[in-house]
Amino acid sequence: MSKLSSKPLPKPLAYLGQAVVYGAVAVLLGYFSTSPAYERFPADKAQLVLSFTHIGERTTPCRKLTREEIAELAANMRRSEVCERERVPLYVELSLDGEDLYSASLAPTGLSRDGAAQVHERFTLAPGQHHLRLAMRDSARETGFDYESELAIELRPGQNFVVDFRPEFGGFRFGRQEGS
Amino acid sequence: MIRGILANGFLWLEARLDTLFGARWNPLYQLGALGFFYYWIVAVSGIYLYIFFDTGTTVAYESVEYLTHEQWYLGGVQRSFHRYASDGLVLMMAVHVVREYAYGRLKGPRWFTWVTGVPIAGLVIASGITGYWLVWDQLAQYIAIVTAEWFDWLGIFGDPIVRNFLTPESLDDRFFTLLIFIHIAVPLLALLALWIHLQRITRPAINPNRGLAVGTFVMLVALSLIKPAVSHAPADLVAVPTHLQLDWYYLAAYPLMEILSYGAVWAIVLTVTLVLLVLPWLPPRWKPRPAVVHLESCNGCGRCADDCPYEAILMRPRSDELPFEQEARVNPSLCISCGICAGACPPATPFRRKSDLVPGIELPDLTVATLRDQLEAACAGIELKPRILVFGCDHGAPRQALEGSGAAVINQPCIAALPPSFIDYALSRNLADGVLITGCREGTCEFRFGNEWTTQRIEGQRDPYLRKRVPRERIRTLWASAREGARLCEEIRAFRDDLQALERPEPGGGGRVPDSEERKAAKAESHV
Ligand code: HEM
Ligand code: SF4
Ligand code: SF4
Repeated sequence: MSKLSSKPLPKPLAYLGQAVVYGAVAVLLGYFSTSPAYERFPADKAQLVLSFTHIGERTTPCRKLTREEIAELAANMRRSEVCERERVPLYVELSLDGEDLYSASLAPTGLSRDGAAQVHERFTLAPGQHHLRLAMRDSARETGFDYESELAIELRPGQNFVVDFRPEFGGFRFGRQEGS
Repeated sequence: MIRGILANGFLWLEARLDTLFGARWNPLYQLGALGFFYYWIVAVSGIYLYIFFDTGTTVAYESVEYLTHEQWYLGGVQRSFHRYASDGLVLMMAVHVVREYAYGRLKGPRWFTWVTGVPIAGLVIASGITGYWLVWDQLAQYIAIVTAEWFDWLGIFGDPIVRNFLTPESLDDRFFTLLIFIHIAVPLLALLALWIHLQRITRPAINPNRGLAVGTFVMLVALSLIKPAVSHAPADLVAVPTHLQLDWYYLAAYPLMEILSYGAVWAIVLTVTLVLLVLPWLPPRWKPRPAVVHLESCNGCGRCADDCPYEAILMRPRSDELPFEQEARVNPSLCISCGICAGACPPATPFRRKSDLVPGIELPDLTVATLRDQLEAACAGIELKPRILVFGCDHGAPRQALEGSGAAVINQPCIAALPPSFIDYALSRNLADGVLITGCREGTCEFRFGNEWTTQRIEGQRDPYLRKRVPRERIRTLWASAREGARLCEEIRAFRDDLQALERPEPGGGGRVPDSEERKAAKAESHV
């Protein structure tokens, strides 16, 4: 029995060829592990992030139960008031140097609309001096705001400036600033 | 159509690499094994890194910097190993998937191996992403924010995850502890998934050949020294990550999330996963029927179970009266209908009386009795002398290449479905003057072991072997791919010349193999 196979390459040439293939794989691994670079954000801009979660007021206020109503409840279910679960949507406005940057009505989460409303938005801004104004309504009122804040900021290129809302600290909270 | 182009591309490339590496070291034949090799390198280098890694928002970065710069000769190299072997794993996996797809190795009972491969891909990518996250440099910061926003898009988490990465104050050391747990657990899950992946594969190739392993290792060492893995600047939540050197093997989806949208990337990931998962059942349908056992002929020798490449045969205690201990049993949902078991079954011999020709095991679509009928009919039709009979397979060199060559051709699903006694039969009954056996190129058998088992059977190293009395100079083997019909024709021509030389009564040597000088002379003569 005899075998026919394509003529083998001389050893040194074959090893050289193998080295070339390994080299190509190494280049493939080395190159795409860091390149091409991804310029995802212009280095000469700054970013403002508006991000918070907050529960609005109830759509209808809780109602005190009358003495008779309480008496009708089973002994282990007795309480003094009844509350609807649904919450109002939040209304938020963000303006920069007098111009509207963002405004939205944020619906409460959850199937019965009883959860916190959320916002997480990023804005690309020119660095430098800015005047920020934030306002939010978290109650059933039609006009006006429950929280308002204004702030003069100085953004440097590449800065990430965060605006949060923490009612326990009295309302809007602003990220760390240059020099503060 | 696309599959055909891909398959052709692989066949072409494999042949080129064969000339450089030889079949034994050809990386394309050992992609799975190469994947395991990369995996172990990642695991070992990972353990080293873990020893020096500190979990915490500031110390994490510092500990990685220490390894990279102060301990570059060991820790730095381990870090580079860890990165590049991970990248190699993704590269190998991608080529492995495309190759299995190109060769259509995902239909029928193979669905299991294919489908269990899909989660592996997800787990590997997830491992890599959490790895880049641990370094807590600007790339990690970017990954943290975009990953969090991606999951937040689903709207199923009460408090948005991204708020954990809002300001330096919101960062939590415990989060890093969780992260490192995930980064260890997910690769271990991948290993478990790999074990499941190989459940239906007999003797899976999980260790690359030594030559390939050495070459790959040297390549990794060189790459690690030439281009050590380094970090970006430390994460700083007060700054926006701007210039990012992404590892595209793991992070290619991230720019897409920002360019398209989070929803679009969810849609892409889900669609790709779904398509991959249903691919095995898309047309054309899988038709072959599984092998069947004829207990009355099975003597329980176990050769079929030994040779089956897909774990489809189990040897079980005898269920009938015959005086043997065991019997073969086929699991039809695992059987891929290669017929290799019939080729291994000792009673599958054409020398039996016609009425007796029932082997212990065979394919219902191509029984051993049919094979003998085909053999006799085909040989009776040969007009050109010396008479050549070709045993081929459906996946190697195409039989169409032999039209007009004057040779008779019998194809089977796999060349190892041929019981060696058929070769003996064709020659000793003087049905043909020479038998050419052809199948897939070495290392590329459609059914994993077909050409290997065939060679071993002919060379007397594997049961059932070709009897010694069969004149080996009247047998040829050719391992050629579906693209190499021309090679098959050429081989037939050369074989015919050699057989002709054998026919000529020569002083001093009856059935001797002619040497190359004689062959040339014979050739010259035949052209006169
Ligand atoms: C790290 C990832 C992976 C590794 C290490 C790996 C490893 C392996 C190994 C060792 C084999 C056996 C090869 C043999 O001995 O013949 C194999 C077979 C196979 N793999 Fe993978 N695999 C991986 C991912 C995947 C993925 C993602 C898919 C597809 C979605 C896939 C599809 C297949 C198929 C269809 C086979 C069967 C081939 C046949 O039936 O002959 N694998 N894999
Ligand atoms: S045909 Fe035979 S050897 Fe091939 S998979 Fe089925 S049982 Fe195994
Ligand atoms: S090779 Fe044939 S005789 Fe031996 S166990 Fe398998 S079926 Fe039975």
